[in-house]
Parts: sequence; C-alpha cells; structure tokens
Amino acid sequence: MWIFEQIVEFFSFQDVNIRYVALGTVLLGASSATVGCFTFLRKKALVGDTIAHSILPGICLSFMIFETKDPLMLLLGAMVSGWLSVYIVDYISANSKIKPDTAIGLTLSVFFGVGVLLLTHIQHSGNAAQAGLDKFLFGKAASLVQNDVITFGIVSVLLIGTIILFFKQFSLISFDLHFAKTIGIPVRTFEVILSIITVLAVAIGIQTVGVVLMAAMLITPAAAARFWTDQLKVMIIIAAIIGAVSGLFGAFISYTAPSMPTGPWIVVVLSFIAIFSMLVAPKNGAISKNRKQKKNQRKILEDNIIKLLYKLGEKENDFFKNRSITTLKSFREIPEKKFLKGLKILRRKNQVVLVNDLWVLTEEGKKAGMRIVRIHRLWELYLTTYLRIAPDHVHEDAETIEHIITPEMELKLEHLLNFPKKDPHNVNIPYKNEKNNNE
Amino acid sequence: MSDFWIILTGCLAAVSCGLLGCFLILRRMAMIGDAISHAVLPGIVIAFLFSGSLDSLPMLIGAATFGIITTYLIETFNKKGGLQKDAAIGITFTWLFAIGVILISLYADDVHIDQDCVLFGEIAYVALEPLISYIPGISAPNTVWVLGIVMLLIIAMIIFGYKGLFLTTFDPSFAATIGVSTVVWHYLLMSAVSLITVVSFESVGAILVVALLIAPAATAYLLTDKLPKMLMIAALVGIISSFAGYYLAVWLDASVAAAIASVLGLEFTLVFLFAPKNGVITKRFKI
Repeated sequence: MWIFEQIVEFFSFQDVNIRYVALGTVLLGASSATVGCFTFLRKKALVGDTIAHSILPGICLSFMIFETKDPLMLLLGAMVSGWLSVYIVDYISANSKIKPDTAIGLTLSVFFGVGVLLLTHIQHSGNAAQAGLDKFLFGKAASLVQNDVITFGIVSVLLIGTIILFFKQFSLISFDLHFAKTIGIPVRTFEVILSIITVLAVAIGIQTVGVVLMAAMLITPAAAARFWTDQLKVMIIIAAIIGAVSGLFGAFISYTAPSMPTGPWIVVVLSFIAIFSMLVAPKNGAISKNRKQKKNQRKILEDNIIKLLYKLGEKENDFFKNRSITTLKSFREIPEKKFLKGLKILRRKNQVVLVNDLWVLTEEGKKAGMRIVRIHRLWELYLTTYLRIAPDHVHEDAETIEHIITPEMELKLEHLLNFPKKDPHNVNIPYKNEKNNNE
Repeated sequence: MSDFWIILTGCLAAVSCGLLGCFLILRRMAMIGDAISHAVLPGIVIAFLFSGSLDSLPMLIGAATFGIITTYLIETFNKKGGLQKDAAIGITFTWLFAIGVILISLYADDVHIDQDCVLFGEIAYVALEPLISYIPGISAPNTVWVLGIVMLLIIAMIIFGYKGLFLTTFDPSFAATIGVSTVVWHYLLMSAVSLITVVSFESVGAILVVALLIAPAATAYLLTDKLPKMLMIAALVGIISSFAGYYLAVWLDASVAAAIASVLGLEFTLVFLFAPKNGVITKRFKI
C-alpha cells in the first residue's frame, strides 16, 4: 500500500526536511489561528487580507534602502507598511464618508500595486540579489529550512506569549470596547499591540502561504472554532488545533505529491473544517439550528390547532363535538396539508381522535388546548395590568408568547395575577380544576 | 503604436471597472468585488481544461459561473451559517482561490496560467498581439476588441437599466414595493463584475481589477453626491491613471498594471486631502 508507506514515512519524521516543513507549518497554523481569533471577534476579518497585501511595498523599500535580504530588516519594513495600512484604513473610514469595506479594498489594492511596482522595478534593474523576494507573493512552504523554523518558533512563542500575558485586556477590547474604556484600560495601546502581533503573524505566514491565502490562515480556524464553543479560551485552543492539523496535512500532501503547493492545500483543509463545523456543530451548526426551527414550527402548528378546537368547543359549549377539516379551516387560515399534518401528530399524542373522517377532541386534548388558551389570556391580562397596554393591542403579542411560556412561568403568572377569572376582553380564563375558578 | 494599445487597454478596463465600482461601493459591496476577482480563478482553470484554449467565451462562462457561486456562498455562509459578513467573504474567496491554485498545479502541463499573471497580469503583452480586423477599416489586438465590447455592454446595462440599478442601490425596499427585483439586479451586477474580471485578468490581473473597481469610484464619491456625475468622474479618474500609469511604468521600468494602481492611489490621496467639499485639509482651512 503506497499511501500507508507514505503516511508512515511522513509521520515518523525521520527525514530532516520533513521535520522542518511539518514543524514550520504546524507552528505557523497554530500561531496565526491564535491571533486570528481576536481579529475575527473584533469583526475585522479582512484586516488580515489588508495587511497581507500591504507588506510588499515595505519589503521592497527596505531591500532598496538597506540593499540586503537580511530577514530581520525585511521583516521590519513589512511591519511598518503592514501597520501603516491598518492605520490608513481606520483613518479613511473615520475622516470621510467612505465606508470601511471600501477603505479596505482601496488600501490593499493600492499598497499591493505600489509593492508590485517596486518589485518589478527591482527585478528589472538587474540586481541579482533580489531573487527570492517574490516568495512574499506566493509563499514557499515546501522550501522551509532550519533557520525558518527557528524564526517561526521564536515568533510563535512571542505571539502566544503576548496573548497569554494580555489575555484579559485583549478579550475585553474584543467583546466590549466601551466597558474596557470605562474601567480604565488603555484601549488604544492594546489595540496597537494587537495590530502589531497581527502584522507580525501575517509577515511570517505570508512567506509560507502567499498573499491571497494569508487571510484564511487567520480567520478560517477562528470561524470554525466559534461554532463549537462560546468560551474564548476554548475557542482559541480549538482554533490553534485546527490551524496546526491543517498545516500538518498541507505539509503531508506536498510531501506525497511534490508538485502540489502546500499553502493552498492548508487553506482547502481549513475551509473544509470550517464548512463541516458550520453544518454539524451541536449548538450553532446549521443542521441543528434547522432542526430546532422545524421543531418550533411544528409546536406552533400543534398549539394553534388544539387551541382552535378548544375555543370552538368553548363557543359552542360542546368540547367533544366532531368537526371536519373544512369547518376548522373556515376559522383559521392554515393550508389543508399542514392542518392534516398537525392533526396527525396530535392524534399520535392522543389529544384528538379521528371518527368517520371527522376530528374529535379527547379529554387530554381538551387539557392541552385549555392550557394554551389560559396562557394566552393570562398574558393579555399581564400586559394590560402591568405594562398598561390597551386591551386591543395585546392579542398579537399573546399569540407569540403562548408557544414559549414554560409551566414554571405559567405558575408565576398565575400567582402574580392572583388566579384571575376574566381576561381584558372579559372572557373567562379556564383552569384545570374548576375550584380555582369558583373561589 | 504599442504605447497606444497598452494605454487604450488600460482605459477600456478602467472605464468598465470604474462604472461598476460606483454601484459596488454605494451598495457596500466593495469587498465582494474583491472576493469575486480572486474567486473566478477555478472557473478560468476549469474552462481552460474543457476548451483547451484561452478563448474568451468558455472563460467567460467559467468565470461568470464562479462569480455567481461566490456571491451565493457568501450569502449562504452569512445567512444560513450565521457567519459575520466579512468572515464569510474572507473564507469564501480564499477557499476558491486555493482550489484554483491547486487545479493549476495539478494540470501544470496543460494549463498555461501563471499565478503571478493572475495576480497582476501583463498589460504590455497587448502590444505583441497580432492586429485583427472584425469591422472593416478597424484593426486592433484581440484583447482590445474583447474589452471594448464588454465596456459597451456595461455602458448599455447602466443606460438601459439605470432606473433598476438606481432604485435597488439607494432604496431596495421601495424598489421591491414597485416590483423591481433586487435579486435580479444584484446577480446581474455580480455577473458584470465577474465578466470584467475575467476579460481583464490576463492583461491587468486580479489586484488591479480590484484597484480599478474601488479606487476611481471612491475618489468620485468624495467629489460629488450625484450618481451620474459620480459615474463620469470615476471613468475619468480611471482614464487619467491609465495614461499616467503607463508613463510611470516606462520611467521606472516596472509593471504597468502596478503603476496604474499606484497612480490611482495617488489620485485618491489628493482628492482625500484637497477635495473642495470633503477634503481633510480643505475642511481644516474652512473653519
């Protein structure tokens, strides 16, 4: 089995090159995902994209000025122009009628244009030393060497260390800027620190995955992690793991198929994890949300039908009269198909029975219908008594709330209103044991 | 003569993009334009694999399809998935772009598309194309023909669909009440954006398309409050940048597309600082 051999060979990390590439991509994936959680939560998901496009002029300028490819000097140039772009985006949106997204698109495309202008100028000027500057455009993950991994390691420690150190401040400015200001946190300072570490993460990562895909390294793991938890710490850990796993997988693919680019594979894996999370995450996933919504719709349908049957019984003073769907339909606008569906569910619950194609309320169904009607009328009374809303304005609200109120809330309402007999429209409020009614 | 063709190509792309860009930024969809310009890459590659050539028609179909897929995915991630809009955009375009790059490496022997060509194109190649004469008496490089036709299509769309575009941009709910479909205009606009991206990607590249879409429109937006004026100023800003950019590139011996983007940035900066009504510095002196 060729593939198993490959897997064993790769994951035993015997080969030095494999070790560097794998370690490098894992460090990169984890640290940029950690930083990305904050940009994601601060609703600045595209800041990573802006920075990624904007560091190019800085790199070229520092190469032109210092005439060296010393990574530290290039990094310095990258940091300056990356940070400048973030500042400009904020400045444009704060000082003109231009919207933030326009400011982002404008800044990143112009910075990138200037960067390419300088890059092509350097390339055409015949300076032999420039070779390799273009790795800042497309990334060269497969060519990671020991030195790169050491740099990655240092930067990752720096990034994660900063985040641990200022975790409280960062989470406050991400979730509640105004509160952070009120309790005296120097918000501006920490915003700057956060943008500096973001720029650092981008400047390092871009050499591995390239300009366009860097945005994904920051936000996709964070977006995926967000679906699984509501806690920031857990979210960061999940995001870091997702980033690391995708990094490892990308390295593995380009090991088994050397012509395959590492960066794009990392991003494709990240995206699949994100889409998977979006669909199946237990609480926030689309599937479970959809199921919850369907369940609610079904409950509302059931409630409405059983309420209708009860109210008809109340009106005609005969709760157990048999009624056809056509009759029921004339009282409430529900499509026949839905009516039938709801009635069938109610029959399974033993709240109605079907006799000769006509539907009859059971004792149990009468109780259920009575409960809905009671809640409806109690709520109307609550609104008129406590919120002083006119009686002719309370029906709509009660229609909605009657499906939501729990037995505990129902009990509280009854006690609060002291088991009233009449609702605002002077109709009797029905109770389970008629004793209360007669008191 | 080669100068002429290069500048003309730049102008044609600039006018088409500038006009569309006005609607994009007014609808707060600037970043969707950015996303589409990257995300059409897999469409271009797939079209190339099927047709085996760099012909325009299959490319257009492929790119337009992926442009619409991009818009659809962003909407779905945003509405059904509960992702905030900017994150939905970021995830969608990086994902599709990554797929495009993988496809290119997978079929590297068959596909002659360079990653750097996709990003910043090579407008100077226009001058090397043979002249073709579709209309007697007029001969021009193929790229110029295609860009010219697309520009006329876009201008026609704006003239004949002005009311629909105007209403759905400024007052979508009113448009809906009088029976103008916002969805139709939305997708029409998105298709036009993918169309211009694909026809200009070879010559000017994805990044310059973004610059041409956003910068002239943003510059014009600071100069006027009227849509027809804004459209005209945007087109003019684009044309100026094509001329100035070309000579800047010749002077620096650098990429023409990148030089055009740089000039656009300069134009915007000047207007941002000195615009008669909205300029940052002008405002300071008024008080």
